[in-house]
Amino acid sequence: MANVALEVNGLEKHYPNGTKALQDVSFAIPQGLFFGLLGPNGAGKTTLIGILGGLIRPTAGTASIMGCDVVKNPLEARRQIGIVPQEIVFDPFFTTREYLRQQSRYYGLFDNDAWINELLDHMGLTDQANTNTRYLSGGMKRRLMAAMAMVHKPPVIVLDEPTAGVDVSQRRNLWAFIKKINQEGSTVILTTHYLDEAEELCERIVLLNHGKILADHSTNELLTTNLQHSKCIFVRLGKDQSLPPDLPFDHSKQPDEDGRYHVFISEYFQVEEFLAHLRNRDLAVEELEISNPDLEEVFVSLTEEK
Amino acid sequence: MLTYTLQGILPGFPGLFSKECKRYFSVSIQTIFGPVFASLLFLFVFAHVFTDRAMLGDVKYGSFLLPGLAGMTMLQQAFANPSSSLIVSKITGNIVMILLSPISPLSFFLAHLLASLTRGVLVASLVLICGLWFVDFQIVHPGWALIFLLAGGVMTSALGIMAGIWADKFDQIAMVQTVLLLPLTFLAGVFYSLQSLPQFWQFMSKLNPFLYFIDGFRYGFLGISDHPIWFSFTITLMCALIPCIVSYWMIVTGYKLRN
Repeated sequence: MANVALEVNGLEKHYPNGTKALQDVSFAIPQGLFFGLLGPNGAGKTTLIGILGGLIRPTAGTASIMGCDVVKNPLEARRQIGIVPQEIVFDPFFTTREYLRQQSRYYGLFDNDAWINELLDHMGLTDQANTNTRYLSGGMKRRLMAAMAMVHKPPVIVLDEPTAGVDVSQRRNLWAFIKKINQEGSTVILTTHYLDEAEELCERIVLLNHGKILADHSTNELLTTNLQHSKCIFVRLGKDQSLPPDLPFDHSKQPDEDGRYHVFISEYFQVEEFLAHLRNRDLAVEELEISNPDLEEVFVSLTEEK
Repeated sequence: MLTYTLQGILPGFPGLFSKECKRYFSVSIQTIFGPVFASLLFLFVFAHVFTDRAMLGDVKYGSFLLPGLAGMTMLQQAFANPSSSLIVSKITGNIVMILLSPISPLSFFLAHLLASLTRGVLVASLVLICGLWFVDFQIVHPGWALIFLLAGGVMTSALGIMAGIWADKFDQIAMVQTVLLLPLTFLAGVFYSLQSLPQFWQFMSKLNPFLYFIDGFRYGFLGISDHPIWFSFTITLMCALIPCIVSYWMIVTGYKLRN
């Protein structure tokens, strides 16, 4: 495949205790993609990212970043990738700016202040530039780590839950900056438990569970083809009325906490059929809302099926 | 220019070496001046108490003690530097940012080793310079003094790297320092000549590798030693090479660092 940013082939990771964290994982990501790597806790996402960063050695298979094999050519592979790890880390001996300068030097960048200033600005850390990293809040440390991962302007950026603990305003700033970098050509790989973020940002999603790939589709495909019922009608009936159990649609047996029943359909024309059934039984509709499926439903549906 | 050349030969070395040096300079009261002060207190007290005592023939006790104290402090500080740096990095988690960077195993090893060596040599030099206030001494064989200083520093720096990588908590580092390093350095002939011990303790002392370092280092100053200088040098060199090989192997294989 031409212009591949990341390629993973038959990747396996088995731990000595018998845990198979990754099992025959294969996919390729073209350059410039905003890519989501999703899955429940323990799915193998962090193991996969650890292998990409050279922190974990694979049991079998290969992984390459911008054509550089992470095992055979680890230094060049690490130059091509910037990883924001899941755990918050900091160095109590340095200020925010010193820490970023220090990280730059590991990559041979000894005069990187212009880019560091830009990163501090975009991450909302300019006022904390001369503050020791141990005094930063959790959200600030998280943003500092994002800046650390991008200090060498890598073509591939991996964000392992980068917005956990970051307030709404700074989260927006962070995503605006990441989107800008992505539009300028960087490939972004995102793992997050905020599925609304993944749905909004990612063009393609790989869903992992128990170390295996459950789905690998564009976000639109994932939302439209992976649910038996792709739409949901939320309906509130008149006082003391309930949905008859023999309706020819899947539906909830009890109303939710808002007093609404959930009726599942696959096409819009079934709305009229549903309403016709209600009219025939003299049931009054007080409120009705039609909802398209979101990633959360797909996620739950796929991970629970397996 | 030198930095860029070094970066080309040893990727990541200039950055990590400068980080390690900045780290210990940022807490210099603890890492440099504290050990120097403690050594000078030892020198002041012991040189005063044993002012009339001569060692190795007619060497004044203060002149005998000073090189040994400088050497002992260097051993301890060269060990403390990488062990504390690595364990702090592992516990705070920031070692991940180093491991994710394109730093070769050799660069990682040399950066920690040489940063520790500079700290050890700096502390030893300050002890010697400040010691001039208390005792007279001359350096009869400066070449030997320097060679032993560097070999001894490499020895405990590499041991410090091994301990820092192996340990999972501060307690384990403290255990190595208390159970191994402290007794071995104190019983390495810093405060006494081997000749002044009974036969049994002379034999036991000869099993201590630090003894040969102290004896050789002191030979550089006094021109007198308990053992033949080449013998002491060979032992010290071997004891420096073995932990270097082991610690480098730990880094290359990713022992307790990767995976």
